[in-house]
Amino acid sequence: MSEITKQSLNELIDNIKNKKLSSLEITKAFVERSEKSKKLNAYVTDNFSQALDNAKKFDEKPNFELKLPGIPIAVKDLFCTEGTRTTAGSKILNNFIPTYESTVTKNMWNEGAILLGKLNCDEFAMGSSNETSFFGNVQNPISENLVPGGSSGGSSSALAANLTPVTIGTDTGGSIRQPASFTGTVGLKPTYGSCSRYGIVAFASSLDQAGPMSTNVKDAALLLEVISSFDKKDSTSIDFKRNKYSSELTNNIKGLKIGIPNEYRVEGMPSEIEDLWKKGIDYAKECGAEIIDISLPHTKYALPTYYIVAPAEASSNLARYDGVKYGFRSEGENLIDMYEKTRSEGFGEEVKRRILIGTYVLSSGYYDAYYLKAQKVRQLIKKDFDDAYKKVDAILTPSTPSSAFKIGEKTNDPVSMYLNDIFTVPVNLAGLPGISIPAGLDKKGFPLGLQIIGKPFDEQSILNIAYSMEEKISYKNNLTDWWI
Amino acid sequence: MDKDNQFIIERENNKYEVVIGLEVHAQVTSQSKLFSSSSTKFGSEPNTQVSLVDAAFPGMLPVINEFCVKQAIKTGIGLKAQINKKSVFDRKNYFYADLPQGYQISQYKYPIVGEGKVILDMPYGPKEVGIERLHLEQDAGKSIHDIDPNNTFVDLNRSGVALMEIVSKPDLRSPDEVNAYIKKLRSIMRYLGTCDGNMQEGSLRADVNVSVRKLGSKDFGTRCEIKNVNSIKFMQQAIVYEANRQIDLVEDGKEIDQETRLFDTKKNETRSMRSKEDAHDYRYFPDPDLLPLEVSDDYINQLKNEIPELPDEKKKRFIEKFELSSYEANILVSDIETSKYFEEVIKNSDVKLATNWITGELFAVLNEKNLEISESPVSSNNLSKLINLIKDGTISGKIAKTIFEEMINGDQDPQKIVEEKGLKQESDPKALEELIDKVIMNNTDKVEEYKSGKDKLFGFFVGQAMKESKGKGNPQLINKILKNKLNG
Repeated sequence: MSEITKQSLNELIDNIKNKKLSSLEITKAFVERSEKSKKLNAYVTDNFSQALDNAKKFDEKPNFELKLPGIPIAVKDLFCTEGTRTTAGSKILNNFIPTYESTVTKNMWNEGAILLGKLNCDEFAMGSSNETSFFGNVQNPISENLVPGGSSGGSSSALAANLTPVTIGTDTGGSIRQPASFTGTVGLKPTYGSCSRYGIVAFASSLDQAGPMSTNVKDAALLLEVISSFDKKDSTSIDFKRNKYSSELTNNIKGLKIGIPNEYRVEGMPSEIEDLWKKGIDYAKECGAEIIDISLPHTKYALPTYYIVAPAEASSNLARYDGVKYGFRSEGENLIDMYEKTRSEGFGEEVKRRILIGTYVLSSGYYDAYYLKAQKVRQLIKKDFDDAYKKVDAILTPSTPSSAFKIGEKTNDPVSMYLNDIFTVPVNLAGLPGISIPAGLDKKGFPLGLQIIGKPFDEQSILNIAYSMEEKISYKNNLTDWWI
Repeated sequence: MDKDNQFIIERENNKYEVVIGLEVHAQVTSQSKLFSSSSTKFGSEPNTQVSLVDAAFPGMLPVINEFCVKQAIKTGIGLKAQINKKSVFDRKNYFYADLPQGYQISQYKYPIVGEGKVILDMPYGPKEVGIERLHLEQDAGKSIHDIDPNNTFVDLNRSGVALMEIVSKPDLRSPDEVNAYIKKLRSIMRYLGTCDGNMQEGSLRADVNVSVRKLGSKDFGTRCEIKNVNSIKFMQQAIVYEANRQIDLVEDGKEIDQETRLFDTKKNETRSMRSKEDAHDYRYFPDPDLLPLEVSDDYINQLKNEIPELPDEKKKRFIEKFELSSYEANILVSDIETSKYFEEVIKNSDVKLATNWITGELFAVLNEKNLEISESPVSSNNLSKLINLIKDGTISGKIAKTIFEEMINGDQDPQKIVEEKGLKQESDPKALEELIDKVIMNNTDKVEEYKSGKDKLFGFFVGQAMKESKGKGNPQLINKILKNKLNG
């Protein structure tokens, strides 16, 4: 048996079920490695002692029927966890302890999982490098001083460094898929409406989706199966028949039609990304898929559209952090003064930038030119996909236009930072499922990912394609444990 | 319209007409709030009816209360309005301590109810007032500034309670019409059970839009909005003050600023709150946490079938079926409880007498004791018995009044009072004749005077006869016998 922390979720479950390992042994292993890995700064709040207690409790009265029996899992600190501090990476929620549990995490605990801790992320999930967190940068285990991507950067780092067997993130414009791509891991953003948003600190309500992050596709399928559910507490949750993603997983994708969108060949894209894409196409062909050229003509408008819609919703969603009811408050002379001080000191620069953008695009006189127009373009982007899906079953693209960059490299250039999301954002705007799988390394030896985009509610097909390609690619991170 | 009935403000050289439109905020009658399951009960301890959604905790999401939607549609049907099959909830963004989300969820561009109308019964005839729209929205919490000199306290019990904002067209022309309009709206909503209309508890408030124009002018003047007035009396006072203030400006050749004002009830004046330039930019946009609200034709039709008879229809029926005057019918239908009481009484008794007794004696007692008809000391059943005793001649109207006084104390059965106190009317002609003979014998001088032409003395004899009967003599019979005896 290999080292516990190097085992996949499915291996761990097998070993627990076969009583080769106890929940306590597994939990201890991940706690110990996590404690040795503080340099990565992946955790905001650990739940180690509670997790060990819960593991003991599980072992005393194990239930092997559960899908995640006694498995310790750390989650992004955007999910509200009852009794455990939830910060959303922000000073303004620095002292916030929810009295309630998000539906997605509750689904995990109901299946036997144990909360290991809360993972760092960009403040309110706004960022592509985890550099906007109030709790500091996160290191990418791939190489020192490399960003782990964002906003689920703590999640991708912890996952890639084997501090947690799997994790969950949230994806508003690429926040699961881009960090997965930067850390050589798998990240899936489900169809909008698959996973309940109840209890997830909101960034942009019409785009936010929770999703699984894992070291392999099979683990992602299982975790998705656990977290995806219809929830009456979220009015945008959709009651559709969900597959048994893990048991229905197959590597047989013969005859599936995979589209290659011409518009994703963006200007200035490094040739190694282009090469990776070509390699991906070859793998897909080898797997028996049929490759078809398609067009998504409004792709170039996706990023500007996203950077209107998301900040607009965020500017309103973040209005509740006003120092009145909970969270950080800076005392003021009067109500307005208190608001101004609380929000000036409580929010970081990127969050403030997006609140300003959002407020501006919703303002009277600008609404039609920005927000309304962006909504119309969003419909066109969605229609592009609808049209494409008349011809193909899924779409293959690179996950990101580059590999991970150095910490600090893009912090002063928000636009260049935003460009990171160019391939992932259209998927959120159209509400589609998308998965990023590791597909190779660039010249610097940093991981690169390929994205497979599916039809609405067809997570099963993209999982199957990813599963099939994963076999051909057979990618593995080579960790040096430089941080220990 | 009869010009004499218009509300005209006269100045030296000009006559002015006042144009009024109302935005009424009516609290939806429902157990729970618009987007959460918290109770809406009035008068609870502060912050005891607040869910995580109402207090806007991170990650909390609104879920529409379908009962409130039903109530709004029913109200729309009652206002004879267009029901919109698709409506959208928007966010109205602004910061305030008692607005936990930092935005109010309201319907801005696409309200659930469109144009409708309300008919007012004015002394000068029916008056139609257009309804522009009705939309659903959340109420805010309450800021309390007078508990502590340095701190403001916030009570979120009201936060998230469902309101219907009913916007009228600028069709109202006087404080009297405003009075009639509010009462009519209240009446319709109470019939429907969609709003209890309780102004003391804040279930019904209004923003009052006022402008003035020279009589005969077709153009509207610049309007001012008087915010959040919570009684009809204050609305009327505010309108009179505001109209005169605006006319003063016009007379002085000054501009009226379009602005939001508030009514100071102590000083009886309106004051500027904020000008148009300072107006909030609410940055409305569709709430991404909620899907557009869609209702089917079937559902609307189903609700149409659930609508009870409303005051206008009931009035029409009362006039046609019971031959009541328009005035009487109005009084009986304006409040649903009164109409219910009336219909109970007339199930077994005379309509005309019931009308008179309810609008006369009963209303007088209710007024005096400051009671609602639902709290009436005399039940509809006992009033109906009393009326039947009058109708069948068991008691006279006069005795009935005496009995009624008794009935007020503990809702007693009038039949029993009649029996116990021996108040049964004397209708035996022989007994009455004996009694009248006695009166004639005792007043021979008056008889002479009467016969010589002093007709007015007839009343004297009636009075004496009634006295002799201890008030129990049947007045019609006494009249008849007296006439025969005196004229014979």
